[in-house]
Amino acid sequence: MAEAAKPMLVEVKGLRHYYSGQDHLVLDDVNLTLAQDEIVGLLGRSGSGKSTLLRSIAGLIRPSEGIARLVPGPDVPDPTVAMVFQTFALFPWLTVLENVEIGLEALRVPADEARSRSLAAIDLIGLDGFENAYPKELSGGMRQRVGLARALVVNPSLLLMDEPFSALDVLTAETLRTDLLDLWSEGRVAIKSILIVTHNIEEAVLMCDRILVFSSNPGRVVAEIKVDLPQPRDRLDPAFRALVDDIYARMTARTEITAPMRADGLFPGTGIAMVLPRVSTNSIAGLIEEVDGTPFEGKASMADLADSLQLEADELFPMAETLQLLRFAELRGAELVLTPTARRYAQSDVDQRKALFAQALTQHVPLVQHIRRVLDERASHEAPARRFRDELEDYMSEDYADETLRTVTLWGRYAEIFSFDEEADRFSLEDAE
Amino acid sequence: MTPDRHSARPLPAFSRMLRLTRPSREDAIAFVILGGLAAIFFRTAEATVAPLSTLQLEPLTLDPSYLPYYALRTVLRMFVALFASTVFTLVVATLAARSRHLGQLIVPALDILQSVPILGFLTFTVTFFMGLFPGSVLGVECASIFAILTSQAWNMAFSFYQSLRAIPSDLEEATVIYRLSPIRRFLKLDLPFATPALVWNAMMSMSGGWFFVVASEAITVGKTTVTLPGIGSWLALAIGRRDFLAVGEAVAAMALVIVAYDQLFFRPIVAWADRFRFEMTASAERPRSWVFDLLRRTRLLPVVLAPLGAIGRLLLAFEPRVGRRKAIGPARSYPLLEKVWQALVIVAATAALVLLSRYIMRSLMWGDVLTAVLLAGLTMIRVMVLIALASLVWVPVGVWIGLRPVWAERLQPLAQFLAAFPANVLFPFAVMAIVRFDLAPDVWLSPLMILGTQWYILFNVIAGASAIPTDLREAAWMFRVRGWQWWRQVALPGIFPYYVTGALTASGGSWNASIVAEAVDWGNRHLVARGLGSFIAEATTAGDYPRVALGIGVMSLFVLGFNRLLWRPLYAYADRRLRLS
Repeated sequence: MAEAAKPMLVEVKGLRHYYSGQDHLVLDDVNLTLAQDEIVGLLGRSGSGKSTLLRSIAGLIRPSEGIARLVPGPDVPDPTVAMVFQTFALFPWLTVLENVEIGLEALRVPADEARSRSLAAIDLIGLDGFENAYPKELSGGMRQRVGLARALVVNPSLLLMDEPFSALDVLTAETLRTDLLDLWSEGRVAIKSILIVTHNIEEAVLMCDRILVFSSNPGRVVAEIKVDLPQPRDRLDPAFRALVDDIYARMTARTEITAPMRADGLFPGTGIAMVLPRVSTNSIAGLIEEVDGTPFEGKASMADLADSLQLEADELFPMAETLQLLRFAELRGAELVLTPTARRYAQSDVDQRKALFAQALTQHVPLVQHIRRVLDERASHEAPARRFRDELEDYMSEDYADETLRTVTLWGRYAEIFSFDEEADRFSLEDAE
Repeated sequence: MTPDRHSARPLPAFSRMLRLTRPSREDAIAFVILGGLAAIFFRTAEATVAPLSTLQLEPLTLDPSYLPYYALRTVLRMFVALFASTVFTLVVATLAARSRHLGQLIVPALDILQSVPILGFLTFTVTFFMGLFPGSVLGVECASIFAILTSQAWNMAFSFYQSLRAIPSDLEEATVIYRLSPIRRFLKLDLPFATPALVWNAMMSMSGGWFFVVASEAITVGKTTVTLPGIGSWLALAIGRRDFLAVGEAVAAMALVIVAYDQLFFRPIVAWADRFRFEMTASAERPRSWVFDLLRRTRLLPVVLAPLGAIGRLLLAFEPRVGRRKAIGPARSYPLLEKVWQALVIVAATAALVLLSRYIMRSLMWGDVLTAVLLAGLTMIRVMVLIALASLVWVPVGVWIGLRPVWAERLQPLAQFLAAFPANVLFPFAVMAIVRFDLAPDVWLSPLMILGTQWYILFNVIAGASAIPTDLREAAWMFRVRGWQWWRQVALPGIFPYYVTGALTASGGSWNASIVAEAVDWGNRHLVARGLGSFIAEATTAGDYPRVALGIGVMSLFVLGFNRLLWRPLYAYADRRLRLS
């Protein structure tokens, strides 16, 4: 294989990362190598620790265990990194030129040289004429170009990109991707490799030579996919579509690989310890209606759904998995198939929908059952939310416990299984039923 | 080797900076202003290093022709204190934010010092500074400046610290990735990010400083009183002589001075600092300043800013070389060292507590502590009642003004000016009224405490009311929400977060003001209202240090308790429930 012959640039061995102080594992035993001349994508959902991995490689955070290092080689004796941020991370009080120069200044490059190199980088990235503009005068796409110029001008061996296009609109993101790939393939930048973090499956397939798929909670590499399609790649190419579908299926199947899990739940943890994502009841209804209607007729591929609903995989997965949890749908490979209950739901009026939803909740969400049981048993039919939050924190981190309880509160209130007083932070059976 | 060896951009030639062109009318105006300021500065600086005996040779007179000179001396003193506070802020707050261990000590210290009555520091420091420059006016000047500094530094440092903690993490990461040294990071990220809040706090501090100018210029050391030439001493003398006219002249001079430095100094700085506001969208309303525009038009701005740039370059000369990138392994921690540090902190705190209580207890009884606490209770009742009364008056007025943009624009600066104006110069008038109508000082001295601080409630409510979204007001109008329902569901929830900010500031200020407001003089008339403020004031006059320390301690505890138990929960509630976003 050609890649194997290329010298190694990044080595990550046995990397583990815990959230400070807590025993919550973010990254679990991650091993990877990055060779020269490749673009590698880290693909995963939020909570998969891919940004943590990127920051470990960047030297921004120290991992709890293991190492992440840049490997010096014959043609890169002193490898360096630069990073492009999702939020651009430009200094608003510096002009475009000053923002680009900042890395060179820190390296004590003589003023004249810094100036001419920066102007060249600004020119390269297509921003000439804006040297003296301040970031707030620029559009999002132009700001990210400044971020890119700032990274390129220091001639890094490795370019790290943290969801670089996710804050941009679809058209702008596409232009920027194409421009970057052009620079890369024409060899006009000194970068040896690019490591890009994304949750956009198509973006990963479009740009990368190799994609590492991460599971979440904790983050592990669950699949490594080589993309051999020639550049420039065409989204409509059947091979491209097939690859996207394949990755959707792998990201769905990922839960079978990870350890203790009940067969019915896709979310980590079992029973009341199940971590629930924040999915609104409107999204649940909307997704059911979309799959029930034409052209899907009860069965849709995840990639097509993401397209038609204008959702990122990162947003679509939690919704689809919620449907699966409630037995409203089943994920078969990369396809989402509605159950008869869900098709009935789609045709029902508001009250029937609520009844169906309440039934699904009480049958399939253990935490809802638990809260309802506690409320039923107490004479006052009241219970502080704190009690359940504490209980959840025995199984998961504080943030997840909070989010899980919020989600259950939202669902339970909508289904009128219990009511909730935010001011008093207390569940009750007051208006329920 | 020159200090700017490493700098990316060398200082341009002076003539190029000036971009010498044909002089214009603006050039002439700017030249006259700058020249005048320089002359005043040197003339005044000369007087501060004179021997102490000159103060006796040229005693203070209430001759109006001297008033401008006295006003200048006072202003210069305040600006020197402001400069010192800024340096203190930059060093101490940066240390607190960068080092976790130092932060552990500095942050609570600043939090407490912020709420400690400032006047108390004076007695402890005068002797020290007099000894530092024996026989020179400079020693007394330093003591006076230090007293003003203690009213300015803490909240500036605290605000700077909070700004540093609020820096977005992506910008911090960018400085690491692009290997900015700590000094460069400070100049490129920390300082610009924190500047707008720092400028705002410096303005507030300046107002706070005025309040204690009167107390800090007439300094009593043992049996002798040294009177520094200044507007504060003038006022003290005028009050002692019951010279109504002279008090009026001092008030007028102060008003002029406040307007002058606001226009000539703070406005231009606010306009300049606007560029550092952390926002990614260009805002429609920019703070304007005619002086700033003048400086920019005459191209004098680079000249004025050049010293700042020079200081920055000087700092960068000490920048270390860029180190090689190291492989990153698991985080190292030193649990033993950590424990030693914690133990040291605890030991030091205990030792300090023991020392302090022994110092106080050597001459005081538990009964004194009880007295102080009871008096603090009295003062607390005053503060609470006054805040409530001021709210009843100013909330409706503020809402009325805030909902009318034209009036808000006109009256907002006025409210801010009133907040900056040292209300204690108006106390003599109140004393005359109390004496004339034979009123009870326990009740009628109380309003003085809130005279200067009520304006914080007003201008915060104005700001809150003008921030109520138009669509909400229109919706309320469409659904015929009127009268009490309108106040309950639209106006009050809308202004509440702003009101809490204003009331918190007003309450803190009132506690502090109680020291000057509960014991007031007019000639030989001495009016006292029972309370912790008068307790501290009288202990200060008597030179009874243990009582001063006790009073300050008790007041600090009350202010801290007030903040923690009342204002913070209200603030949290407002933030959770009533934030309009």
